[in-house]
Amino acid sequence: MKLKQLSVFLENKPGRLRELCALLAENQINIITLSLADTEQFGILRLIVKDYDKAKTLLESNGFVAKLTEVIAVELDDQPGGLSEILSIEEASGISVEYMYAFVIKSGEKAVLLFRFDDMDKAVAALQQANLPILDSVELYQRAEG
Amino acid sequence: MHAQWNDRESLMHPASAPDYMREEQLRTLQLQRLRAITKHAYDNQRLFRERMDERGVKPEDVRSLEDIRKLPFTQKTDLRDTYPYGLFAVPMNEVVRLHASSGTTGKPIVVAYTDEDIEVWKEVMVRTFACAGLHSGDIIQNAYGYGLFTGGLGAHYGAEALGATVIPISGGNSERQIMVMRDFGTTAICATPSYFLHLIEYAEKMGIDWDEIPLRAGVFGAEPWTDEMREYIEGKTGIKAYDIYGLSEIIGPGVGMACEKQHGLHIFEDHFMIEIVDPVTDEAMPDGEEGELIITTLSKKAMPVMRYRTHDITSVIAGKCECGRTIRRINRIARRSDDMFIIRGVNIFPSQIEAALLKVEETQPHYQIVLSSHGGMDQMEVQVEVSAKTFTDTVRGVEAVHKQLSDAIAHILGIRVKLTLVEPNTIERSMGKAKRVIDNRTK
Repeated sequence: MKLKQLSVFLENKPGRLRELCALLAENQINIITLSLADTEQFGILRLIVKDYDKAKTLLESNGFVAKLTEVIAVELDDQPGGLSEILSIEEASGISVEYMYAFVIKSGEKAVLLFRFDDMDKAVAALQQANLPILDSVELYQRAEG
Repeated sequence: MHAQWNDRESLMHPASAPDYMREEQLRTLQLQRLRAITKHAYDNQRLFRERMDERGVKPEDVRSLEDIRKLPFTQKTDLRDTYPYGLFAVPMNEVVRLHASSGTTGKPIVVAYTDEDIEVWKEVMVRTFACAGLHSGDIIQNAYGYGLFTGGLGAHYGAEALGATVIPISGGNSERQIMVMRDFGTTAICATPSYFLHLIEYAEKMGIDWDEIPLRAGVFGAEPWTDEMREYIEGKTGIKAYDIYGLSEIIGPGVGMACEKQHGLHIFEDHFMIEIVDPVTDEAMPDGEEGELIITTLSKKAMPVMRYRTHDITSVIAGKCECGRTIRRINRIARRSDDMFIIRGVNIFPSQIEAALLKVEETQPHYQIVLSSHGGMDQMEVQVEVSAKTFTDTVRGVEAVHKQLSDAIAHILGIRVKLTLVEPNTIERSMGKAKRVIDNRTK
């Protein structure tokens, strides 16, 4: 139920993000969604791509530090209260969010939220118990490709 | 089958005999040679004679080893000012070899060898390799640069004289270095420590395990490095990493070498006389106390160098080494008196930064120090490469690594300096001596 996410270390310098995106584009790797965490000194780019192993090798051979991490994707109706419900469930189980990001899928009515929790297994269990739809990788890529 | 004299570690190579000489015998030999070389230099080196005459000192005034203190020092600038042949003490037809060191500024310095000098050089290199437990049957990959640099040919001739098999691969082409190491069954390598670190990284990239390579010893020198770096190399590769000391001005590699006890470097005192002096007052320092290393070549004919100021900071280790060698030891040279820079009134050596970074577990020692001036103040920035190991995917994780590194430096220096994490492979890799300090200060 967990998905692979590719995290990349970026120095805070002009053009670096563009270089990375250009590299993925040249190699026909489509970014399903991404988030960028940045500090004054550096950034961490988190990417969801279908071919994450290929992308990782590609980035590493071009001098980036890249790491595969796991996230959970939850599909929700795109309406008020969805995120709040998930957070209440996790909070009740004593789990915290390390980071999260979201995207709206092409059909327009649904949103996908991506989470990294401090305890991933416990988080999955809690969501399942509440009957919230967790997407596996096949489902996520299907949604993204619409 | 008969055991050959040098095919087992337990059997000493005959060239190593002086390493075990009785102390009185060694000092007598040193005095004899010091008197002879002082006379030779006085008779044949104009600069030395002029300085002796200025001081009113004659070669005959050297009656004891302590009398060396009456003689003038030689500075690196003396070698530069007399470029190229001004310090040669034999006619050109007796000089069989020239080497030159890449001067960091302007002209290089040129050094010369007679046939006899080359023999001495071979001998001290044989003794050097023997300190690392190497012998006939070993396959030595020589990754020191061949050419004007003394490292390549110095190690080459020594390894051949030892009876080992030499692979004269020279520096560079890391992929080939690793392939040769594995396919040729290299048992020992000579390289600068920073280049070997680069090879470790490269082997990792190629997916090569050090267990596939029979390498057991590394002879690393030509730049200052630290014990922490030695432990890192040994831990990563399972080899023993030995510190070799030498300088072109004196002979090249083979002035001193660590033995298997890994506690300081033995100096081949029958050929090189050492003193430790206070770099400011020139006063002699007692054993155990740090100062500048001064070396006098006791047997070099083509170009004797009297009381050479090395700018290397070290101390003599008191007492005998457990390995049985009687020649004295100096501590590992981790800094040079002229490497030092001052930030906010604190004296800083690059080696201290390196030691701090290595203390933080899992940090590969790829770093660079950038000096700059801001509003009349010197600023220092340490750039450290992030590696797959230190990168965690949370901001908190990366900041924790940053803090660990930054704290380790602050702990050693006593001041906090700017530290920046940079992407891998952004710091230039060296094939020879590593350039650790980028000085952008306005002069």
